[in-house]
Amino acid sequence: MSATAQRAPALPARTATAPRDSVRAWPLRDRIGYFCAWSAGLALIAIAGSIVVYMAFRGAQYFDLSLLFESPNAEIDQSASGGFKDPLIGTAMLLVMSTAMAAPLGVAIAVWLTEYGRPAGLARAVESAIEIVAGTPSIVLAMFGLILFQEWFGFLTFDAEGSTLGRSFIAASAMMSLIALPLVVGATREALNAIPRHVREASYALGKTKAATIRRVLLPAARPGIGTGAALGMGRVAGDTAIVVVLLGSTLQIVNGTDGGIDGLFRGTGSTLTSYVYLNSPAGEGLAPEKAYFAAFVLMVLVIILNFVVTRLARGRKPLWTR
Amino acid sequence: MDPLTELDRRDEDLLRPPPPVRRILVDEQPTIVQPPPGGAPVAGTSGIAAAPGVRRAEPSPAPKVERMRAEAVSIAYGEKLAVDQVTIPVRQGEVLALIGPSGCGKTTLLRSFNRLVELTPTATRGGRITLDGEDIDRIEVTDLRRRVSMVFQQPNPFPMSVFDNVAYALREQGSRRPRRDSLQEPVADALLRAGLWDEVGSTLDHPALRLSGGQQQRLCIARALAARPEVLLLDEPCSALDPRSTQVIEELILRLREEVAVVIVTHNMQQALRIADHVGFMYLGELVEYGPAEQVFGSPREQRTREYVAGAFG
Repeated sequence: MSATAQRAPALPARTATAPRDSVRAWPLRDRIGYFCAWSAGLALIAIAGSIVVYMAFRGAQYFDLSLLFESPNAEIDQSASGGFKDPLIGTAMLLVMSTAMAAPLGVAIAVWLTEYGRPAGLARAVESAIEIVAGTPSIVLAMFGLILFQEWFGFLTFDAEGSTLGRSFIAASAMMSLIALPLVVGATREALNAIPRHVREASYALGKTKAATIRRVLLPAARPGIGTGAALGMGRVAGDTAIVVVLLGSTLQIVNGTDGGIDGLFRGTGSTLTSYVYLNSPAGEGLAPEKAYFAAFVLMVLVIILNFVVTRLARGRKPLWTR
Repeated sequence: MDPLTELDRRDEDLLRPPPPVRRILVDEQPTIVQPPPGGAPVAGTSGIAAAPGVRRAEPSPAPKVERMRAEAVSIAYGEKLAVDQVTIPVRQGEVLALIGPSGCGKTTLLRSFNRLVELTPTATRGGRITLDGEDIDRIEVTDLRRRVSMVFQQPNPFPMSVFDNVAYALREQGSRRPRRDSLQEPVADALLRAGLWDEVGSTLDHPALRLSGGQQQRLCIARALAARPEVLLLDEPCSALDPRSTQVIEELILRLREEVAVVIVTHNMQQALRIADHVGFMYLGELVEYGPAEQVFGSPREQRTREYVAGAFG
């Protein structure tokens, strides 16, 4: 009789009596690690939860829907200082304008990198450039943008009786688009790389050119990825303050950049929810903390919605093809 | 010649080192047509044509027309030779199956017929491939690929509707024109020929990627047929499918061989036996043997073919 034959019946009995998941049976070191992992997770939930709860509490405390529809006024008397209609519109304008700039550019860069990418040296240089843009603090982008729009693109900015300030919605959106750009490029590249080679070849095998394949097969397949990147970028744009303060100015109201008209709106200055919160909080001029709280709450809800969109786009997306 | 002497001679042939460049004279009649001596086939050496449960398809009554021909084609990836001096004809009215172990060059050869192999940057090709007598290198590549279309191992419908998948093959480069109504008829025709019309005819606007795997693969065949190609290349089209879908596609292939020349690469020996009229056995880039399916499977001329065919059937 062999040893294995004797041991064989004992095996199920032992696993049945000793529960596999009993932490008490673990070595001390493992138990400490296990405890740390648990508490780190719980701490994160606690932090996220307290932010949301506190902001919701403050938001509810100063809840006043009329603030959303009133323009801000520079008044010490808080009953006359208005709401944040202009910052809300400013945020929306920045989101739309910067996404309109970042999305096509980012998709084009991603397509070039994944589908062409030659010469290889140039592709590597483009990748490094994206990483540099992604790693640059937004205040640095803001200062760079200020120089750019004062020196060369003054005609796109607010015109203060002949002197160029380098500030406008266009200037702020252009620099904001650089914040969103790496996210769009990254998500689009990931989506394109997820398309198996044989799908491209199937299009070529029908006598299609590379351009037709990209336009009619690859980009439609990458659409959810592009959407994810754009929504991620919007979340970052909505939350950025430095570029707004430097390039959009600190006028709470939207001021037309010319004598009027739609081009004046784009060349005009204004504010966003972030700059409104900053200017009204105790950190800024501290005039209306309760309005700042409510504006911050609205901003948080906006960003949470954007993140929710990202999760919805990413979730349950199984590969369309087998490799 | 006496059969035993014949066998002896063949063994001597095998002991000799092979000539440096091998060519299969494809139009030559097989030298050995009689069964091996001793009546019953020797297990493990030959005689798999009678494998149980495998039914040969009837040869097509359609006249055989040579559409393509590879002449002394060699293909290398960088320094590595993948296809070595292969000469083989592709005829309409029959199914040509390319068999052989993995990495033997059969897929590479297939991909050279529509110049898809050129997508691999390191690939180089020698020799000549003709389509209806014309060198394929002189045909505009997008034009060639409309005339020699291809179906892949994995079903790969495009992320658009069933209708648009087929219409895509008919439209000019990526454009949405010509108008949908003018495409209605050719699209329906392609789906009909691919045996898919009954299943999707009323749901042409549904996304193609919602179809089952077998339906997706038949949609890919419909797409490949839409531009009325002369040659249809199939690269292991059933390897990702269940037996039922495989059977449907095999029946489809047998029907299609009358209107289009069919070349199929397959790992599945039974499948080759079921549907092929001619078989090419490739090994290490060489076309070791080419002939009618019953001959290649029943009484292969070459020792390597015999071993592969026998081994593959266990």
